[in-house]
Amino acid sequence: MNLADRLKSFSTPLTLATGVLLVAVLTELLGISLLVRIVTVMFVSMILVLGLQLFMGNSGILSFAHIGFMGIGAYTSVLFSMTPTAKELSNANLYPFLIPIHLPFLPSVLMGALLATFVAAVISYPLMRLSDAAAVITTFALLVIIHVVLVHWDRVTNGPRTLFGVDYYTTLWTSVVFCVITIFAVYLFKESRVGLRLRATRDDAYAAASIGINMVMMRWIAFIASAFIAGVGGALWAHFITSFSPYSFYLTETFVVLAMLVIGGPYSVSGAVVGALIVTAAREILRAIENYVNILQVFPQGFFGFTEVILAIVLILILVFRPSGILGSREISWPRFVRKQKATGDLDQPSAGVQGGSHV
Amino acid sequence: MINLEFIINTLSLGSLYAMLALGLVIVYGILRLVNFAYGELIMIGGYTLYLLTGFTPLPWLFVAFLAVIVSMLTSLATELVAFRPVREKSLTAMLITSFAVSTLLQNAALLIISPRARAVTLPQIFQKSVLIAGTDVPWRNILTILTSIFMLALLTLLLKRTVLGIALRAAADNFRMTRMLGVPANTVISSAFAISGIMAGIVSIFWIGRSASVTPTLGAPPLLVAFVATVIGGMRSLTGAVVGGFVYAIIISLLGIFLPPDLLEFREAFMFVFVIIILLFRPEGLIRSKTSVERVG
Repeated sequence: MNLADRLKSFSTPLTLATGVLLVAVLTELLGISLLVRIVTVMFVSMILVLGLQLFMGNSGILSFAHIGFMGIGAYTSVLFSMTPTAKELSNANLYPFLIPIHLPFLPSVLMGALLATFVAAVISYPLMRLSDAAAVITTFALLVIIHVVLVHWDRVTNGPRTLFGVDYYTTLWTSVVFCVITIFAVYLFKESRVGLRLRATRDDAYAAASIGINMVMMRWIAFIASAFIAGVGGALWAHFITSFSPYSFYLTETFVVLAMLVIGGPYSVSGAVVGALIVTAAREILRAIENYVNILQVFPQGFFGFTEVILAIVLILILVFRPSGILGSREISWPRFVRKQKATGDLDQPSAGVQGGSHV
Repeated sequence: MINLEFIINTLSLGSLYAMLALGLVIVYGILRLVNFAYGELIMIGGYTLYLLTGFTPLPWLFVAFLAVIVSMLTSLATELVAFRPVREKSLTAMLITSFAVSTLLQNAALLIISPRARAVTLPQIFQKSVLIAGTDVPWRNILTILTSIFMLALLTLLLKRTVLGIALRAAADNFRMTRMLGVPANTVISSAFAISGIMAGIVSIFWIGRSASVTPTLGAPPLLVAFVATVIGGMRSLTGAVVGGFVYAIIISLLGIFLPPDLLEFREAFMFVFVIIILLFRPEGLIRSKTSVERVG
């Protein structure tokens, strides 16, 4: 394979990474601090959406648990990165043995991601047999369990109270670098042997089983990998926001990440990237309107929830009129949109036969 | 510890949870949809109570009736606007839709009313209690039990004796076959959503009867209870839903007595671990339905 061909097969992640870098450079050049904050959060969300895409897009199974793994990543990384004094100030109940631990930023992120991965690996294997409603309820149950533990285990998480005193490490460029790495990782996973086999089980579980694909194992690998990414995302988010509580990792955040993925297109890596971009932009505009109306005091009881109402309506409209998202199963690639094999996964009309075997 | 008071409290909790679970299962049985927006129907019932008791002179019983009607209409509206268009697409699309509807209704309440809790005026009888065999039993608990007995009888009658009920049961067994025999799908599904809304409305009265206030996030705890109860009882069977509701109430009450206080906070986590174990080892729940769900793996 010569260089041109090699580049061609990486066309999609290269294009997406270029887009991400362009947005970052533009933000840096404009230098507005609010915009820098928004874009940094967007890249962190993008990492989370990409992590969810890795599992949901390839396996066709809806997962609610990922924000839980984000929470595990956030709390674990923070316990490693905070200085002993900050820990004592922030959480008086902390287990004494946790206080002296102090690591630099990157190893802390890694520890957060590894614990999320470990938890996912240990508990999820038997769950990977389940499909449809049973799968959804179990991942939802996982989210509830992780949430209850985060809220009540105050010797580690400071309970329902806000944990503060986290050092600020996640700059715009930190989030960009992690985001670009994630784009490549998720794309490579999709095109890897495991990714291909997993997509085969998504399109037809019986046919895939008949050619010897171990569906449970493939799903498990994807679930673990996506928990790792969610853990990284959580760790980055924690070191950006610097004070947070367990309520940041529950249904509201789940809804936003899910909306990003579904609106962008759950079956492609590009869909995850585009979804995060569009939904962030839309949310910030709506949030600005919401704040403006609140400042004007048009409504005596305040004007809250407007952003979420509009976002929910858009999500429903997308599901009704374009159930496979803006991009469907296409990947963006230079110089043009290349139509990939049509995904016959869950969100789309399940189609019977195999359409278009070409793999451009 | 396990005295008459405990038994009546548990029975009352169980009958509340049974109605709660029934409302979720009646839709699940036909559409295979786990309706995340079900909790919000209860929230809307609660807000109807708040608005009508606070701002109109209507008698309480009539207000309660209207709350049930509003819950039912909301349920029908969500079916018509959101679920019907995605019904044919896929289960995942429907699940995400229900999650979106839930967020929509919750934030609409936030937007229209207020993020703060609102106090609901309750009738006198909800605060009174009666002396039975030496124990004070709140009327509220007796009313919950009586209402649930009445609703269960009514629902049984509907399902066994009317054409609509037979169509509903047939659709839960085999929806495609039922449609081929000329039963209109939309009617069956709308009826299921209507019943689900009525159940949510009735539950809202007694749920609010316990807390006397309503918030936009009121729907989450009953939804979680309904999830656990239906999984315990069996997602496919209405009897299972009732059994699941009572079993949930018994387990949660016993945990309340026997679990040490340190672990009591994690009660909900234990319930959901239980849910996962049931789904793995006995996915049909305690009450097995005649037809079983097709599963791969």
